[in-house]
Amino acid sequence: MTEPLTHADFKSDIKPVWCPGCGDFGVVNAMTKALAKLALRPENVAVVSGIGCSSRIPAYTSCYGFHGVHGRALVAGAGLKLARPDLTVIVTGGDGDGYSIGGNHFLHACRRNVDMTYIVMDNRVYGMTKGQPSPTTEPDWDSKLSPDGTGLREFLPMVIALASGANFIARAFTGDPNGLADVIVQAVRHPGFSFVEVLSPCVTFRPEQREWKRMVRTDALEPTADIARATRRLMRDDGFDLGVLFAGGRPPFEPRGTRGTKPVDELEARFAV
Amino acid sequence: MRGWPARLSKMINPAASYPSVSIALAGSGGAGVMTAGNMLLEAAAHAGYYALMTRSSGPQIRGGEAAAMVRIACRPTECMEDTFHVLAAVDWENVQRFSAEIPLGPDSLLVGDPDQGAPHEIFTRSGATYAPLPLKKMAKGIVEGRANMLLLGLVAELVGLPDDAVVRAVEKTLGKRPAALAPSLAAVAAGRAAAAAIPTRFPLAPPPPCDAPRWLLTGNEAAGYGAIKGGVRFVAAYPITPATELLEWMAPALAEVGGTLVQAEDELASVNMAIGGSYGGVPALTATSGPGLSLMVESLGLAVAAEVPLVVVDVMRVGPSTGIPTKSEQSDLNIALYGLHGDAPHIVVAPNSVADCMRTTQWAVRLAETLQTPAIVLSDQFLGQTRAVIDRPADLADASGRVVAEAGAPGYQRYAITPSGISPMAIPGTSGVTYTADGLEHGERGTPSSQGTDHLAQLDKRQRKLELADYGSHWADVEGDGDVAVITFGSCTGVVREALAHARRRGFGARLVSMRLLSPAQPARLAAALAGVRKALVIEQNHSGQLYRYLRAEFDLPCPIESLRRPGALQFTPAEIRGHLAEWSRT
Repeated sequence: MTEPLTHADFKSDIKPVWCPGCGDFGVVNAMTKALAKLALRPENVAVVSGIGCSSRIPAYTSCYGFHGVHGRALVAGAGLKLARPDLTVIVTGGDGDGYSIGGNHFLHACRRNVDMTYIVMDNRVYGMTKGQPSPTTEPDWDSKLSPDGTGLREFLPMVIALASGANFIARAFTGDPNGLADVIVQAVRHPGFSFVEVLSPCVTFRPEQREWKRMVRTDALEPTADIARATRRLMRDDGFDLGVLFAGGRPPFEPRGTRGTKPVDELEARFAV
Repeated sequence: MRGWPARLSKMINPAASYPSVSIALAGSGGAGVMTAGNMLLEAAAHAGYYALMTRSSGPQIRGGEAAAMVRIACRPTECMEDTFHVLAAVDWENVQRFSAEIPLGPDSLLVGDPDQGAPHEIFTRSGATYAPLPLKKMAKGIVEGRANMLLLGLVAELVGLPDDAVVRAVEKTLGKRPAALAPSLAAVAAGRAAAAAIPTRFPLAPPPPCDAPRWLLTGNEAAGYGAIKGGVRFVAAYPITPATELLEWMAPALAEVGGTLVQAEDELASVNMAIGGSYGGVPALTATSGPGLSLMVESLGLAVAAEVPLVVVDVMRVGPSTGIPTKSEQSDLNIALYGLHGDAPHIVVAPNSVADCMRTTQWAVRLAETLQTPAIVLSDQFLGQTRAVIDRPADLADASGRVVAEAGAPGYQRYAITPSGISPMAIPGTSGVTYTADGLEHGERGTPSSQGTDHLAQLDKRQRKLELADYGSHWADVEGDGDVAVITFGSCTGVVREALAHARRRGFGARLVSMRLLSPAQPARLAAALAGVRKALVIEQNHSGQLYRYLRAEFDLPCPIESLRRPGALQFTPAEIRGHLAEWSRT
């Protein structure tokens, strides 16, 4: 029980459904590496997800997994963490799941600041339904569902996260697995709600994203606990600066009064005539 | 004092005593009729009576007209009476809006302040006697005196509630505001004195012996306590009328016993938080009403497929859409039974009294935990918000609970096909048995599968565990005998019970079947309960006959059934049921 685990110990034997070359493979690798580095045990980690390509990730780990309904991963994860504060909870998913159908929960997860980590594999497309624009898709990206593009400006996850109160905000890239693993380690260690935006190319529906490896700038962001400074930094962000943007000092959410020890029957006193 | 109408003196009958009296206190916002009503209820409890109180208020968020409707009785009581004995109003501002809820008769008494206008014609045309009392002027004669406390004293005198019981009730309510206590007690005493000018009384018969503890609570509170007794220690909450008080009661109560309540951003969040908490091994609940339940059903399907125990209390209100949030209706039966997509067997239960809200919610938790599936508790606004004096409900004998996997169980498979359909659930933190819970169809291990064989095996498993479960005698309350029967559920039960008791005293027998377990359907049990019955009447409070149609569709019944149904916003009255039964049973 006590010998150190390796990243392989955190992987399951289930073969991913992803396309060859999918960025999400890099996230499984980085996440399992990070869990080994954090010296956790699979039974004490829960990986929670919603629906989409990237949301398949829990079963590819040897941790406890929860693959729920579309868009609700963050709240299922928050419920689990609040009921079981002893567990390490990692919520995973994609840009459609997290920013579109689950957008409201994203705002409130940042506000609520439950001590868990949210890893979003952002490929700017709905892959599982075969290529529709997501909130992070460029406005002029042509698709069958939205010919000539949606005409809508992109959702800016890090701006929203910072404005909504996330306690740790970082961006990483699947083409840099060591950097990604390192960011996940920091995110899990940081108290409160940690948000990691991962650029994870979809080589099938967005083959042009193969170019991301030439566009990203490693370690371009420097962590700060100053919201104003982080905000200014985001003003000149083109989406390809990697690193930790913000590491705040807000204490994690703790539900009030969970330590009561009163016997249940004593509650009856309040009904007695 | 001005002269009394001649016919009023005819009402005086000092020998008569009443086994039950009904009093409505009404007035505009801020007049304090709810406070006075609660005190009256509490005083009745202290005096050894059973009682219940419903309330109604205008559409304003705060400060609109309000009515407190109190029934005090010598026997346990679960519904309002056909007519009210007293309607006492601080003023008449919009009080006519409550006329349908406060039916009066020729023997009723109207009390009001003539300086605040006359009672609306809708009340006086009942033939009720009007006794004007200058409440405001009288209140002004007492320092800090208030008209609502005058009415409390007046009504207590009219029905014969002893002074000490009323004083105790006032002291309990105003315990934290000692400055208000003396003026309130003075006003109560003045109200009692003012009753001397009213030459009629509705004296309650002596209270029954009180040999067991009594409780004063709402159905929402009872449900909250039942949930905690059942083991719930995690609640995710989103406010909605009329379920909010259930959640508000649970927040401090859970904290005291070491549980957690968290407020969510919407019902999609609250149900999924509860599912997350339950997946973590902590019995979990959320409570809502129709609109919230509509948002939750997708995730209820997840709890079915992933086999996560969960309890959702639906305190039903008038629907569809926003409907009438403050009024009761039994119209969510269809969504509770059929709202989930796919073949998704789950539990639906319905408490049938304020007291039963405790036991049925507790039972729902045990069923959900044992069977690893969601359970919907169909309460309603009437049960949830009625405040009642009841005998302490008997405890529910239950031993079973969630079957969990042991650490390192060899060859562990979360969704193993077992004879009972129940497979041990691994709780996060347990080593060697990790798995991924999945709403995707899956094989025994939990790995997603699109194979028809896996789908069928898991469908059968999830169906089987509900079919093989032992529901004992809790599935229904079966009472009385006769060659006809009434089948009902939920809050209709109390009024049907009262109507049948009345009919029985007149030699008319009928069986009552109040169905507590609505899903999975128990056709064999219902058929047995109807043995020897030549026909049955299905009584429910909705427009389309949801229970009637359900019985026609899924139950093979030994006798023909007919439907008596009416939507909200008003509850059935005992007289309405009696009248229909008399007509119906003739053929």
